[in-house]
Amino acid sequence: MRSHAQTAIRLLLLCLLPLTAWAGIGEEAARHLLSRTGFGANPAQIALYAPLSRQQAVDRLLDHTSDKALTAPPAWVNEPFDRPGKPNLTEDEKKALQKERNEHAQELRGWWLEEMRITPSPLTEKMTLFWHNHFVSGLDKVGVPQLMYQQNVLLRHQALGNFGQLLHAIARDPAMMRYLDTVNNRKGQPNENFAREVMELFTLGEGHYSEQDIREAARAFTGWSLDKDFQFVYRPNQHDNGDKTIFGQQGNFDGDDVLDMLLRKPQTARFVTIKLWKNLVSPTPNEADIQRLSALFYRDNYEIRPLLRAMLLTPAFWQSQGQLIKSPLELTVGTLVTFDLTPPDWRALAGLNRQLGQDVFNPPNVKGWPGGEVWINSATLLTRKQFLDRLSHDAAPIRNSFIKADGQMDEAGGRQARIQRLIQAGLRPIRLQPDEWAAIYHVRNAADSARLLLAVPPAQALPEGMSGAQAIAPLLLDPAYQVH
Amino acid sequence: MFQRREFLKAMGAGLLVSVLPNLSYALAPAGYQRLLILIELKGGNDGLNTVIPYASDDYTRLRPAIGIPRPQVLQLNEQVGLHPAMASLMPLWQHQQLAVLQSVGYPEPNLSHFRSIEIWETASASNQYLGEGWLSRLFRSQPVPASFAADGVVLSSQNLGPLDGGARAVVLNNPQDFARQAKLAADQQAGAHSGALSHILKVEGDIRTAATALQQAPMKAPANPAEAPTAPPRAAGGFAQAINTLADILQNGTRIAVARITLTGFDTHGNQQPTQARLLGELADGLALLQNRLQAQGRWDDTLVLSYAEFGRRPRENGNRGTDHGTANSHFMLGGRVKGGLYGQTPVLAGVTDGNLPHAIDFRQLYATVVQDWWGKDARALFGGHFERLPLLRA
Repeated sequence: MRSHAQTAIRLLLLCLLPLTAWAGIGEEAARHLLSRTGFGANPAQIALYAPLSRQQAVDRLLDHTSDKALTAPPAWVNEPFDRPGKPNLTEDEKKALQKERNEHAQELRGWWLEEMRITPSPLTEKMTLFWHNHFVSGLDKVGVPQLMYQQNVLLRHQALGNFGQLLHAIARDPAMMRYLDTVNNRKGQPNENFAREVMELFTLGEGHYSEQDIREAARAFTGWSLDKDFQFVYRPNQHDNGDKTIFGQQGNFDGDDVLDMLLRKPQTARFVTIKLWKNLVSPTPNEADIQRLSALFYRDNYEIRPLLRAMLLTPAFWQSQGQLIKSPLELTVGTLVTFDLTPPDWRALAGLNRQLGQDVFNPPNVKGWPGGEVWINSATLLTRKQFLDRLSHDAAPIRNSFIKADGQMDEAGGRQARIQRLIQAGLRPIRLQPDEWAAIYHVRNAADSARLLLAVPPAQALPEGMSGAQAIAPLLLDPAYQVH
Repeated sequence: MFQRREFLKAMGAGLLVSVLPNLSYALAPAGYQRLLILIELKGGNDGLNTVIPYASDDYTRLRPAIGIPRPQVLQLNEQVGLHPAMASLMPLWQHQQLAVLQSVGYPEPNLSHFRSIEIWETASASNQYLGEGWLSRLFRSQPVPASFAADGVVLSSQNLGPLDGGARAVVLNNPQDFARQAKLAADQQAGAHSGALSHILKVEGDIRTAATALQQAPMKAPANPAEAPTAPPRAAGGFAQAINTLADILQNGTRIAVARITLTGFDTHGNQQPTQARLLGELADGLALLQNRLQAQGRWDDTLVLSYAEFGRRPRENGNRGTDHGTANSHFMLGGRVKGGLYGQTPVLAGVTDGNLPHAIDFRQLYATVVQDWWGKDARALFGGHFERLPLLRA
């Protein structure tokens, strides 16, 4: 009797398996994919991806990308600007110039955060941010917001493009050239800053080059300079034409030769693959996957899209829920995306992220944000919680008015209420609307809410009988909301 | 001959006996009751323009544009002196509570900011990769009493450095805000959680512990400056603010073993002089303020201050009136029980062209001195080898 029952269950499971495959990855996996490849996961997007297979979902994601921002940049980005250190300025003029630069820097941060929130291609922004944290430059040293904007355009253009092309382009990028002192690197007076970091942080990683390789590579980059308008210019009289010995090869190399030598080393593919894995999958890459993926990356001539596709299709990716700590931007912008919110002032949100340790356009140093557990200490965790507490505190009162008698949600009622509110009140966009959100996305109970908001079960059990709308606040403040 | 030696031994023993029962030492706080304050000079301070070998012709040869002119140097002896912006440290030097440590470094030095500060903060060898800070490692094997508010507090940085990877450390910018906000870290049931989530839960636990301790020590009114033995020296800016925050929480009876304060901006590849002068001024004024405030609390004798940085800078200036990454560096140790004076080796600049300087003191010798002689803990297993302690401390 008992074995009959077991057989029956097995048969039933066998029947269900293809059904599961047909039924798609489901809400949890869709939330996982969106959250890792973008910022948060809006329930409407979750519904779009849940019925797809893993492959369909990843292909859909990669087919809907862009290489340009949708948000219009501030007007000044393409206007001419004064060089920092312009001579003969009075103190007042210097102060005014500094004030203007600070305002521009704030607007620039706000512009990018808004793009992260509204973009139809979150993966593009996620990867642009990844490259910003790889090819690090910072406003503190670059000084000119226009140059940081130009670099951001470059990073976005190649975000899903080709790593080799990006490496060559970033070496000639004016912001990078100022940030890592390429502009100060002259024949007879080499400055090793760029030569060191291009090996340590951009391509090979520590331990794969010698101090001599750095010294000689610095000589190869001499003559790379900026003209009076801060555009790249090659100055032959500043270039060191002597022989250099780099990685055991001797020749009159220039900067592009050095970059090509770095790209010819498989270690570069491996280094970048591991970094991307730690960003998208888990803090502990497994060697077999890394070997396979980095070989593919190298073979594909550093094309980024196939690497991403292969990485997102590893079983390890789909089993990695909750293994990463959300970055400040994933937490803050992600929460806005999840709840269809728009803050009244993007610069303020940028300020919050700076407090949380992620000041875009100004990473802490050339190594960028280390991420992971470093995001969380007593100060940043409390600031994160204050932000979430404030959101739920300021939320509209919960009346559970869209729960129907059968426990289902009145979606039409919720949408109607949202439209009414937007027509009447207009500008209260930051205010969370738990009832409407629950109605529109069919969040019937606390379990539905947890499935849309958390990657792992809440650390604190929710009280019995909470509605989906009521569960939002405790779930946002649960420690589990900090991971994805 | 034999008798004479025996006699001397007996004399020596007698002398020791009469010195040993030092009452003040016996009553003084011991172990982690004694405070260590680490000062991080982030970016890699230029030690050669901080503790200046002003009498050396090679110094002026290597530093034609950015050398400090001899008349401006605050002389410590006929060879070396301090940067002119550090005048507020001179009283400590005169009272022999300031140890100037020259040529501090480690073998096979690494010239990357990140790797080198990691070596210093994990106290690893140059080719060794350790995941946790050296203080976390110490506190794991020889824990700070659970009654303490935290193992350590971190000021002016979000990075836990030597307290990373396990120590109970809180980043404290404003104590009142901290106590209020800590309510958001609710009690959680302990349970099996994944790495990422367990880290969040641990930090929530640290927050609650620190907040509870800070609440039990109600804020006293700040000491009346007029009653202080000497008026506090001029000190402004973020560093002084961090010093004041630290002095405030200590005044309230908050117990911690370590504080780490970061002063940043020392990566002076270009136009070094004005930047370094400003930073060294902030440093010296801030340390004088610290001494002043802790003296007023009667804690200065139980406080040890030690500076550190990822590396020093290259002896020869670069073409941008700045200095590039170097190796051995000058550092400071100060406190009521510090035996002031010069330690280590004044940099030998003769024959130096583009090269870097060798070290004379391994930084792990300083850590071993702190662990063993300051805290009375066992330093032997901490640093993967034997590091000779330095006679830097009075009983």
